[in-house]
Amino acid sequence: MNQKIVSRIIWTAALLLALGMVVFGYVSGEAETVFSKAVNICMECIGLG
Amino acid sequence: MDKKHGSKLRKIIQICWGVLTNAYVKGFIAGSSTIYTGPLKHFCVPGMNCYSCPGALGACPIGALQAVLNSRHRKFPFYVIGFLMTIGLFLGRFVCGWLCVFGLIQELLYMIPTPKLKIPERVDKVLRNMKYVMLLVMVIALPLLYRNEYGAAKPFFCEFVCPVGTLEGGIPLVLLNDQLRPALGSLFIFKTAILTVCILASIFIYRPFCKYLCPLGAFYALFQKVSLVKLDVDKSACVNCGACARKCAMNVDPSKTPNSTECIRCGECLKSCPTNALRFTCAGKKIGNKTNIGETKNEEEGN
Ligand code: SF4
Ligand code: SF4
Repeated sequence: MNQKIVSRIIWTAALLLALGMVVFGYVSGEAETVFSKAVNICMECIGLG
Repeated sequence: MDKKHGSKLRKIIQICWGVLTNAYVKGFIAGSSTIYTGPLKHFCVPGMNCYSCPGALGACPIGALQAVLNSRHRKFPFYVIGFLMTIGLFLGRFVCGWLCVFGLIQELLYMIPTPKLKIPERVDKVLRNMKYVMLLVMVIALPLLYRNEYGAAKPFFCEFVCPVGTLEGGIPLVLLNDQLRPALGSLFIFKTAILTVCILASIFIYRPFCKYLCPLGAFYALFQKVSLVKLDVDKSACVNCGACARKCAMNVDPSKTPNSTECIRCGECLKSCPTNALRFTCAGKKIGNKTNIGETKNEEEGN
């Protein structure tokens, strides 16, 4: 198998892993954690900590 | 990509992206200023963009990463890391050159006509590693390990470093809301000092925050060699004149390391190449039409 094909397979596997992580994270409630942080003024971010 | 219009196109895309992702106009109305609280805040934007910016429609990926690490169960942040990996696999640091508001702000500051500062190569090399330290220590390790006596964690990078939060969130919110002003204290002064240094440095050094401090740029840099969008050198056309390396404000020599972790895919080097040896590629396929580019060059030279 030439190197181009191998790197394409690895790239696709990495993408599937990344997308799988997004879906898993979403269904396990991480997006809600992100949401609840992002919809409240972040005192640390703005320097009122 | 047309050489003559490449920079203009990039600026237009940077500005449009900045406006589009910070389009919550209500947030900027004095007195009633509040941040956007709609469903888009479930999702991260690819570049640095504070989610406490009054106009922000999405979440900042670095803030989001720390928020998940800080949560009570100290979960592995699958959602945010998966998102960043996806963007990295497609674009790498193309995001920095085209889709980051703070990158754009630094570029605009650098356009102020003053003598520019050249950091000695050895110092520059050491400083460039600081962004990886920021990612590993301030974004990941400290938020993961530290808990105060009440069990609460801190987003260390956001709280003690991030000038983006101060510029996009802190200053506008404090200006627009009287109620926040009594809360100003030493942390705000400290963060404003960091922001001031970044702003002043940006006038004399090209994108100092991106080169030396940005943890998001550090993360995307890890994907630079495998991302779909790449820079490619036609070795048979390259005459080793060094024009591209002299042009690159990120101090990359694209003729030798086209996929350097420091390249933000701005495309400036393409314009300087006298033989059109440099090309952007996407999944190995060239982007743009070589014949058109040659014609543009001839027109510019008045041929
Ligand atoms: S290095 Fe960071 S601040 Fe600079 S353009 Fe990239 S993401 Fe934005
Ligand atoms: S190598 Fe070219 S595309 Fe990369 S940062 Fe330098 S000028 Fe921009």
